[in-house]
Amino acid sequence: MHDFVRGKADWAVHGLPLEGRTAGRRRAIEVCREDIPTCGPHEPLGDVLDRVRAGGYEMCVVVNERGIVLGRLQRSSWEKEPESASEDCMQLGPPTTRPDHFIHEVIDRFRKGNLDSLLVTWYGRDEDGGRLVGVLFRADVERVLAENERLPR
Amino acid sequence: MTARITREDVQRMTAEDAVLIDTLPENEYTEEHIAGAVNIPLRKLDRQTTAHLAKDAPLIVYCYDTD
Repeated sequence: MHDFVRGKADWAVHGLPLEGRTAGRRRAIEVCREDIPTCGPHEPLGDVLDRVRAGGYEMCVVVNERGIVLGRLQRSSWEKEPESASEDCMQLGPPTTRPDHFIHEVIDRFRKGNLDSLLVTWYGRDEDGGRLVGVLFRADVERVLAENERLPR
Repeated sequence: MTARITREDVQRMTAEDAVLIDTLPENEYTEEHIAGAVNIPLRKLDRQTTAHLAKDAPLIVYCYDTD
């Protein structure tokens, strides 16, 4: 007997074939943006802001050396002193979702929480748990849902 | 003895003759399962329920994730 311990979720987020009633519905990993700027906890805010603006975003995810999410820098963070360490300006415990979650379910979280974005982080208790995958924007989810006629309304 | 295997192992083994067993409840299997998997919910998984499967083929079990 062999145990595929990472299971169906791992299979799904890697785009491998599935069957069944809901197979083919879009997941967070398919819609999230993976080019979001990241920074380390000790980087000066001013240096990070230059990089973030160059990328056309207002947000930066603070990660450790393994890519595990520590927090998020967003609009209110940029008002702090440029010499401040990122970790001293970040939002702790930003809202997250998992890469395997269906976007037609995630949209309810956006609506109920009045959220514009959710960090997509890897699940599990192994070394990948909490690792940043990307950022899911509400506007992207709403656009994809509107385009996809097969999803429930 | 159960050996832990990866996604790549599953792809390689099922391309040969391995049998993939989804151990989630039947309704979850109906919703979605790995292509080609058969459903034997974990609480029913035993020597008797797997007896109809190919005797010499490796058996691979999976559930939803590691949590």
